[in-house]
Amino acid sequence: MSELIEAQKARLYRTTIGFWVYLMTDCLLFASLFATYAVLRTATAGGPGAADIFELPLALTETIILLVSSFTCGLMLLGLQAKNRRQVIVAMALTYALGVAFLAIEIGEFAKFVAEGHSWQQSAFLSAFFTLVGTHGLHILFGLLWLVVMLVVVVRRGLTPKVTRQLTIFGLFWHFLDLVWIFIFTVVYLLGVAS
Amino acid sequence: MFGRLGFDALPHDPVTIGGVVGGGLAVLGVVAAMTYFKKWGWLWRNWLTSLDPKKIGIMYIAVAVIMLLRGLADAAMLRAQQAIFATSASSPISPDLFQQVFSAHGTIMIFFVAMGVIFGLINLILPLQIGARDVAFPLLNSISFWLFVAGMVLINVSLALGEFSAAGWLAYPPLSGLEYSPGTGIDYWIWSLQIAGVGSLLSGVNFLVTIFTMRRKGMTLMKMPIFVWSVLGSMLLVAFAFPILTATLAMLSLDRTLGMHFFTSDLGGNPMMYVNLIWAWGHPEVYILILPAFGIFSEIVATYSRKKLFGYKSMVWAILAITVLSFTVWLHHFFTMGAGANVNAFFGIMTMIIAIPTGVKVFNWIFTMYKGKVSFKTPMLWFMGFAVTFTIGGVTGVLMAVPGIDYQMHNSLFLVAHFHNMIIGGVLFGVFAGITYWWPKFAGFRLHEGLGKAAFWCWLFGFWFAFIPLYILGFMGAVRRLDSYDPSLGWQGLFIVAGLGVMLILLGVFFQVVQVAYSIWKRKELAVGSDPWDGRTLEWATSTPVAEYNFAHLDAVQDRDAFWAAKQSKTKASTKFTDIALPKNTGTGAYVGAAAFVIGFAVIWHIWWLALLALLVLVGIVIASTLREDEDTEMIITAAEVAATEKRLRGAGA
Repeated sequence: MSELIEAQKARLYRTTIGFWVYLMTDCLLFASLFATYAVLRTATAGGPGAADIFELPLALTETIILLVSSFTCGLMLLGLQAKNRRQVIVAMALTYALGVAFLAIEIGEFAKFVAEGHSWQQSAFLSAFFTLVGTHGLHILFGLLWLVVMLVVVVRRGLTPKVTRQLTIFGLFWHFLDLVWIFIFTVVYLLGVAS
Repeated sequence: MFGRLGFDALPHDPVTIGGVVGGGLAVLGVVAAMTYFKKWGWLWRNWLTSLDPKKIGIMYIAVAVIMLLRGLADAAMLRAQQAIFATSASSPISPDLFQQVFSAHGTIMIFFVAMGVIFGLINLILPLQIGARDVAFPLLNSISFWLFVAGMVLINVSLALGEFSAAGWLAYPPLSGLEYSPGTGIDYWIWSLQIAGVGSLLSGVNFLVTIFTMRRKGMTLMKMPIFVWSVLGSMLLVAFAFPILTATLAMLSLDRTLGMHFFTSDLGGNPMMYVNLIWAWGHPEVYILILPAFGIFSEIVATYSRKKLFGYKSMVWAILAITVLSFTVWLHHFFTMGAGANVNAFFGIMTMIIAIPTGVKVFNWIFTMYKGKVSFKTPMLWFMGFAVTFTIGGVTGVLMAVPGIDYQMHNSLFLVAHFHNMIIGGVLFGVFAGITYWWPKFAGFRLHEGLGKAAFWCWLFGFWFAFIPLYILGFMGAVRRLDSYDPSLGWQGLFIVAGLGVMLILLGVFFQVVQVAYSIWKRKELAVGSDPWDGRTLEWATSTPVAEYNFAHLDAVQDRDAFWAAKQSKTKASTKFTDIALPKNTGTGAYVGAAAFVIGFAVIWHIWWLALLALLVLVGIVIASTLREDEDTEMIITAAEVAATEKRLRGAGA
């Protein structure tokens, strides 16, 4: 029996390390997009610049929602450690709801820009903006899909070793997206409006 | 319904039709033979669904060898054009086709030959050398392989349906933008690389974690075989560089499919941004390929000199120095961009500095041979050929690191000769040496020496005959990628010599094919035991052929050359066995690869419904695989079965 527990521990360790390495590569993907955005930030080609279209209150709302979702995600991980299935389920549902809210605001913002004629085709700046923020949004969407699948699994099977591994790395993923968003909020929105 | 796919996508010119018919007949022949001999079930169960890194490694190498033949055919066409038809008015190869051929040659050779063999050898050797039974994530490994295959199939489909990129192997915009390349060629290039690139990235993560967490007890970092160190450096580069490629290709694709303006020449786009990004990946890529080759040579030189490697620690530091420095030199690929004297000076100096750790390694290998009992087997010949060829290539590289000189050499055949000097003389020679060296471990017999030596000499002289003329032509002002030139320039003689060199290389390839076939035929006479070269590292401690679980026992290692030390102290292996858990076969990897292929194909041809459908299928496959619990993905080999296998493979005595 102890051998089995050892093997499970080794797996959790490998999976966690592997996910950290993956996150590092994802971080570099975002770094490339950030670098591109930094270069093309002022390439507005006669169209609107950052200060003309961004609305800080909206971006701040998104930031707060995502930060709170990171908190609920933390509650999920605490529940996992305490093997409290109920807490895990509730925290997952809350995280999911906040993620959906975040994504809804973002899609609303994108739709508004496009409706005003400021789509990604208008200028290099807007291409870089939509791609950088949109890539983060796609990650959130992927996270939500992952979360919903795991929610079903937790409800039906409970906290099996594999579920524990999956939820542990989901926690890493969600916190990572939070961190990337902080950079987007700062570099794109705060510095954009200030410029 | 079918996007822009129609009957006009079929090839028109006789050369392409010939290629399609030839390739198609070869594929049909294999399919027919497989069906006739009823081997599909065997192939699927024993190979395609296998998660055993040894089998995945062999499949990687098989794919890469086939692609090497395709890339060589492209090279022969390029040389024939420049030697014979470039000065005449008519040629079977149209200018547009010529551009597609050199683009395909470069792309295939780097992504589907060099990357393929390197990942193949890592799969075969790395788990054995660190004394492990598997890689960290077996399923992910299979998925990586199948993404590699999906990219490979996609690039070959472009021959029959549509066209391939005519914008060179790195597809610089604005030429690769929608305005100047509206066809499907660039899209084939993008998606083939994107899919294979994601596979490489996942492999990089997988092997890093394998090295970090799966080493045998007692094997500290500084006791790892040097090949493992070189893979560590290479995979760090994969993890750091490939995300840049993914992002860059995605942006180019967004420009082309959604009308964005990252790299367009209007509306604020910045084509030089692309060149910077692609080389921020592209330069480390060179080292991703060459570092494992350095590792292979280190193993070979030590074994065949019957000495421990000279300067192990300096080797490790050299690998790590190269890993870090390779990210600080990318701008030397475009000094002529006009970044200014100071920027060019910085990158020029960094380029010269990175030659220093490489030089350290060459000296270490030579000192390993010094006073050793050197036996000049084929792998050792490849090493000596490499040491000379690669050093000369390095010197021409340092020459071009001087920005002032580079302004003369930029985009000339001198540059073409330089990087072939590094990739053929470095990566390919290394891979050939490695395959010859490790072949008996997996086959149970060694490769024929005489034919191997014949192949080596043909390759070595063929290489020099093919590329010395290119160096000279570069000095004479010949730029790369020329499909025609004025006869009065007096270049044709040198181009003919280069063409003869390629024929000599093809003769070398012929000898290699014959060598493998002949060795299989004479396998009884060439049969060897589990340790034919008196090896030093753990892969030689396994039985031959290697058992599915690699090692029956996982005893702690004490020494850097663990197997050598065990042989010296005459340690006896225990005869008590325990149960071993290994991953079950699964088709998930193949399904993921198939779905990725369909996504790529559908996006290239703008068949949006199919792309969406394949994406949903892909998500479904991944979810289904996530839902599988550990008990369903593992099989247990019982202690009794292990005992029986050990007895069968090692004979009753051991």
